[in-house]
Amino acid sequence: MTGHLVLRVVAKLLLPLILLFALYVQFHGDFGPGGGFQAGVIFAAGFILYALIFGVRQGRRVLPGWLAHNLVAVGLLIYAGTGVATLALGGNFLDYNVLAHAPAEGQELGIMLIEFGVGVAVSSAMIIIVYMFAGRGEDDGEEDRE
Amino acid sequence: MLAGLYSFVSAGLFVVMDAVDVAFTEAAVGAGISTVLMLSTLALTSRRSKRSIRTRALPLLVVLVTGTALIYGTLDMPHYGSPGAPANHHVAPRYLRESMPKTNVPNVVTSVLASYRGYDTLGETTVVFTAVVGVTILLGVRRRRPNRPRDGGDDS
Repeated sequence: MTGHLVLRVVAKLLLPLILLFALYVQFHGDFGPGGGFQAGVIFAAGFILYALIFGVRQGRRVLPGWLAHNLVAVGLLIYAGTGVATLALGGNFLDYNVLAHAPAEGQELGIMLIEFGVGVAVSSAMIIIVYMFAGRGEDDGEEDRE
Repeated sequence: MLAGLYSFVSAGLFVVMDAVDVAFTEAAVGAGISTVLMLSTLALTSRRSKRSIRTRALPLLVVLVTGTALIYGTLDMPHYGSPGAPANHHVAPRYLRESMPKTNVPNVVTSVLASYRGYDTLGETTVVFTAVVGVTILLGVRRRRPNRPRDGGDDS
């Protein structure tokens, strides 16, 4: 896409802010509104804005489809793995008390871990879904040239 | 487009009702991503809808009955913020009292979601994962074109 100069410039200005805000929502979710799900969606929205303006092909070059697919599984595994880790440390499944010395600290650590897992899974899930929908039309002509 | 506007308005409503986390999600998912998905779906489909051969009376009837049932259901709900509501009695006071000392997390929504209701959130994440698998199976399969040779180097 070569036209739309204003769109491209504004998108480039906005993108870092969107991604930074997503990270803020992710790691500040314990204290203010937000958390893994919201952060994941905002992070994905940044990528989707990029893919909308520069084309899905260019978006795929930044974050390839296979990587996003793996990241969904990785996010879910971080979540479930936290549960398995608490099992291994002698607690119940997803009982974060055993993760650190003090129960409250363990809870804080566990919540942060699983929120991170949720964020990773949700953001790559949203990106994949939009890739699939938006890339469907473009695939017909462009996929052969890759 | 209307759905996006509706989501944005309801996000505003959630803020008014002090449910900031829900408003956040609604604004990002409902107004943002759903609209993009809707538009890209519109781009995939053809421009004109096919003429429906079925009668329109039955869907209208279903919508009317469902709407009436839902509105009838809201009549029984407690008033907003009423102290006698079951939501304010069962476990909510305990969560509000114990969340901070037990989890070190000031945002009660986060601690309930991630710790007290950890299983549910794990299930939710699995639902998202399953959605991706479904979309991939439905839309991600490349259509083979036998008449044109592939250049190779596709990344999936």
